[in-house]
Amino acid sequence: MHPVEICKDVYWVGVVDWDCRDFHGYMTAPTGTTYNAFLIKDEKVALFDSVKAGHGSEMLCRLAHVVKPEEVDYLIVNHVEMDHSGALPELVARTKPEKIFTSPMGERALRAHFDCADWPIEVVKTGSTVSLGKRTLQFLETRMLHWPDNMATFIPEDGVLISSDAFGQNWATSERFADEVNRSLLGKQLDRYFANIVLPFSPIAQKTIETIETMGLDVRFVCPDHGLMFRTPEDVAWVIERYKELAAQKQKKKAVLVFDTMWHSTERMAHAIASGLMEQGLTVKLMNLHMFDHSDVMEEVWDAAAVFVGSATHNNGMLPKVADMLTYMKGLKPKGKIGGAFGSYGWSGEAAKDIAAWLTDMGMEMPVAPVRLLYVPTHEQLAACTEMGRTIGKLVADKLG
Amino acid sequence: MDKYECSICGYVYDPAAGDPDNNVAPGTKFEDVAEDWVCPVCGAPKSEFNKV
Ligand SMILES: Cc1cc2nc3c(=O)[nH]c(=O)nc-3n(C[C@H](O)[C@H](O)[C@H](O)COP(=O)(O)O)c2cc1C
Ligand SMILES: [Fe+2]
Ligand SMILES: [Fe+2]
Ligand SMILES: [Fe+2]
Repeated sequence: MHPVEICKDVYWVGVVDWDCRDFHGYMTAPTGTTYNAFLIKDEKVALFDSVKAGHGSEMLCRLAHVVKPEEVDYLIVNHVEMDHSGALPELVARTKPEKIFTSPMGERALRAHFDCADWPIEVVKTGSTVSLGKRTLQFLETRMLHWPDNMATFIPEDGVLISSDAFGQNWATSERFADEVNRSLLGKQLDRYFANIVLPFSPIAQKTIETIETMGLDVRFVCPDHGLMFRTPEDVAWVIERYKELAAQKQKKKAVLVFDTMWHSTERMAHAIASGLMEQGLTVKLMNLHMFDHSDVMEEVWDAAAVFVGSATHNNGMLPKVADMLTYMKGLKPKGKIGGAFGSYGWSGEAAKDIAAWLTDMGMEMPVAPVRLLYVPTHEQLAACTEMGRTIGKLVADKLG
Repeated sequence: MDKYECSICGYVYDPAAGDPDNNVAPGTKFEDVAEDWVCPVCGAPKSEFNKV
């Protein structure tokens, strides 16, 4: 694939990782991903971000269609996480840059990742500018969106916002721009990325968007480090609006039921709760943890109003996939949910109570006590599960209208 | 009462507001916040905070 020109003399020179399924070890990426990198040819040649180790030579080959590697003057490191820095030592060696610009936290992180004492690192902060000749680079630190070192770079002359992981999506495609792909598939990947990576930093995402709006930046291109880029006024407005909804964790009349089960009793409870929720007009997602992993679940949880977690009791506790799910969900700090816990058991029955304690600890409102039942559900017990769904479904319907 | 800023993420501890979500009552001086309290945004320890 050749470099792709975004606007005059501004190129995409990243890499498409069609094979990626395991994204950094904590989430799955069913549709692959890309590591986007950008090159600007001006009086000074600037290269933004890098790619994951193992993809450096492909990136170098791509940018060599525009400039010789040794013609690169400046490297800009907007984020030190290794999907955007793994190939950096190779790039530094091949381009021999005059300067490497990064944020204060970026410098700290670079030194903790690489043997970079002899790299020409220059620290830039929010408000710092660097001239390339005709163009200016304006830096905007976006600390904790999603690492302390994250930074965005804005090029006012072209209206290009290089946004690092913000606005990213894991999606390997031959197309590079949002207007060339199916919108709802794109939205799904944007949501999935946010829900699994950016969610705990929602308030910071909201503040960053406000900052961009109050600074009155004329953003004409949004170029994230993963997935498709946005180049039409409609698409730029669309992605910013969608991020506002994501950051506000705007809820739908929707409930997620996530569970694990050995002999299907807990599963039958989940289905009974779901029927009560559906009676109240809610959209329901039933997610058996043997079919869905924790990142699939978070993609549904972020905009759900209610989250039910169920487990059979196993060796005096919850099943391990449920413990995995709760640990993962707690770290992502979903806000404003109603919670519910349920589970079948044989003698001691700890699981549902333990789950309820976790959900309470996450700040969920728990209007109904955990529903537990001995071994295989009776018709009456399933009716009690349905009643739980109805009660919480009604609360959600009243809240969201 | 002085405000303190987290050097990692930029969160500002305002003693007037405290951090009620994490059991720090409004009106608590930074010096009096528990030593095991961490930045509510990024989890950095108290030692990463500087007076602003
Ligand atoms: C999504 C994500 C979240 C992280 N959250 C934290 C965190 O809250 N606190 C922290 O000290 N480090 C955090 N880190 C940084 C990792 O702990 C760090 O990169 C570490 O070196 C990874 O070790 P490993 O190579 O064994 O995976 C996070 C990393 C990622 C990718
Ligand atoms: Fe990242
Ligand atoms: Fe990334
Ligand atoms: Fe912090």
